[in-house]
Amino acid sequence: MSQPAHARINVDLLRPLLRTSWRFYFLVAALGSIVLTALVSWLSQAFFGFGVTGIRWPVYWGFYVTNFVFWIGISHAGTLISAILRLVDAGWRRPVTRCAEVITVFALMIGAMFPIIHLGRPWLAFWLFPYPSERLIWPNFRSPLVWDFFAINTYLTGSVLFLVLPMIPDFAVVRDKATGVRKTIYTYLACGWRGTPRQWHRLETAMQIMAIGIVPVAVSVHTIVSFDFSMAPVPMWQSTIFGPYFVVGAIFSGIAGLLIAMAVLRKVLHLQDYLHPVHFQNLGKLLLVMALLWGYFVFNERLVTYYGNGPSEMAVFWRTQRESFAPMYWTMVICNFVLPLVLMGIRYFRTITGCVIASLGVVVGMWLERFLIIVPSLGHKYLPYSYGIYRPQPVEIIIAIATFAAMMLLYVLFAKLVPIISIWELKAGRASASLAEAVGEGGDARPVARGEANL
Amino acid sequence: MKAVYGLYEDRQAAQQAVNRLRAAGVNDRDITVMSSQPMEDVEFGHMGGKTWMWWIACGGGLLGMATAFGLAWLTETSWPINVGGLPTFAWWPNLIIIFELTMLGAILATVVTLVVSARLGRSSTIYDPAVSDGLILVGVEETSDARVRELQDALGAVRGEIKVVA
Repeated sequence: MSQPAHARINVDLLRPLLRTSWRFYFLVAALGSIVLTALVSWLSQAFFGFGVTGIRWPVYWGFYVTNFVFWIGISHAGTLISAILRLVDAGWRRPVTRCAEVITVFALMIGAMFPIIHLGRPWLAFWLFPYPSERLIWPNFRSPLVWDFFAINTYLTGSVLFLVLPMIPDFAVVRDKATGVRKTIYTYLACGWRGTPRQWHRLETAMQIMAIGIVPVAVSVHTIVSFDFSMAPVPMWQSTIFGPYFVVGAIFSGIAGLLIAMAVLRKVLHLQDYLHPVHFQNLGKLLLVMALLWGYFVFNERLVTYYGNGPSEMAVFWRTQRESFAPMYWTMVICNFVLPLVLMGIRYFRTITGCVIASLGVVVGMWLERFLIIVPSLGHKYLPYSYGIYRPQPVEIIIAIATFAAMMLLYVLFAKLVPIISIWELKAGRASASLAEAVGEGGDARPVARGEANL
Repeated sequence: MKAVYGLYEDRQAAQQAVNRLRAAGVNDRDITVMSSQPMEDVEFGHMGGKTWMWWIACGGGLLGMATAFGLAWLTETSWPINVGGLPTFAWWPNLIIIFELTMLGAILATVVTLVVSARLGRSSTIYDPAVSDGLILVGVEETSDARVRELQDALGAVRGEIKVVA
């Protein structure tokens, strides 16, 4: 790849970092005010008590756990997809990986807040941690909630490192291009990166190892989140299919989140030269596959329950299919199955706009799916004394909306501080493509060897 | 300490410069090469390529596994609670903790190995911001003036920009 091409990539991808328009400040202020409103709501909940929410016996899990499962699911967009594409060496992954990995980290952070938001006394959250309590009350390792603690923290640590390590060479580029205080900050962030063959080799080896490690961890995280449900004696929860069902749903919603983020970045940061329609089409095909898998799991779950014909299970079954929760259920089916099947299955609609519409549908559908797993079952358990209804209160609705604002805010700030497309990976990809092109044209692209051209 | 380096536009020229430095008697470990992307298709891109990182990651995983086992065993036997008739030290749930900490150990060991073996955080006499624009730097750190001149000649035989750092 030529030197001007290098310079152009640098200029294009560093522009959002080095120039700031009024739109950035406006967006940060708008999103920040929504997040601040949610913070005030949460503080009021902590002050006045859990009675301000709609969560009460027997529906102990409402919007908060819905959001928890939803955001942990969205987090499967990045690291898992990026790791798989890295392992299979898919060349088209290069502009996509960082956009995806960022979603993982921020979605996990938002999701991991909900067990704390869901506590009546959040200042005692540390009771969940495995520490030597002076009262000898150790965490119970046989509780799925403690498994969550380990799984989410492992995934979060791995994902943060998986995101940060390939950022170091890009920090070095910013260091070389920036001036003043910015240069000082990026000099520290670049950790003395120079780009020696040894450093490149170590970085790529580390990324390979982490990619291998992070795939089973990602699968385990959502399987363990599903155990929060399937380990409990609640109608339609005790199912061996919940693990893979949750994992598939998580990847499904994750891809949808990624497609939306990519489309917005492409438009706002003028990245048309880097995020091509083919990237959307490829991810759109993945979305289609996941929609089919999701449909398969829902069919399985429903059919087995229907044939089991347990009275409590069937009560929940009919509540969702033709009684009070039916409008939400059928909206979910349309959003998660019909819409992606039509838009992604027919080539004509598999455009960037088509991908965004299908993805927005999937995000809504997957949120509804989480809600429909939790609330109808908890409100209609095995005995009549444990029947109840759930009405979300303003504090829960504000916090739920604010999570989306928080996600956007974090994403905007990240794109302002770090190149949202990995510069070095993009350059490496283009260099490989040029080399392959030269070989195709019969040019001299053979590797240069030791001792060659010594004289 | 003085340093001499050349900046080259393409990888073939950089490889020639590396080969000329070798011909001038410079050891591989004393040659510095820098680029803005991995250069796996050229020979110099594999300099310093041997690593124990895979084995160290496995070691980290084993350490994580042992930690998880110890943590679960110690805490469960210190305060035995009857949970649904499960044994005090129940293997099935503990396998989850063991798995997670095994993977965490492997990941952390990998990162530590990267930081140490890639020599992150260490300063160097040779560096040129032009590397970020796609130029490939090939150079040597040397003490004697006579030797610097000799290396300058070796690097200058290949088309590129030659610089000396005092």
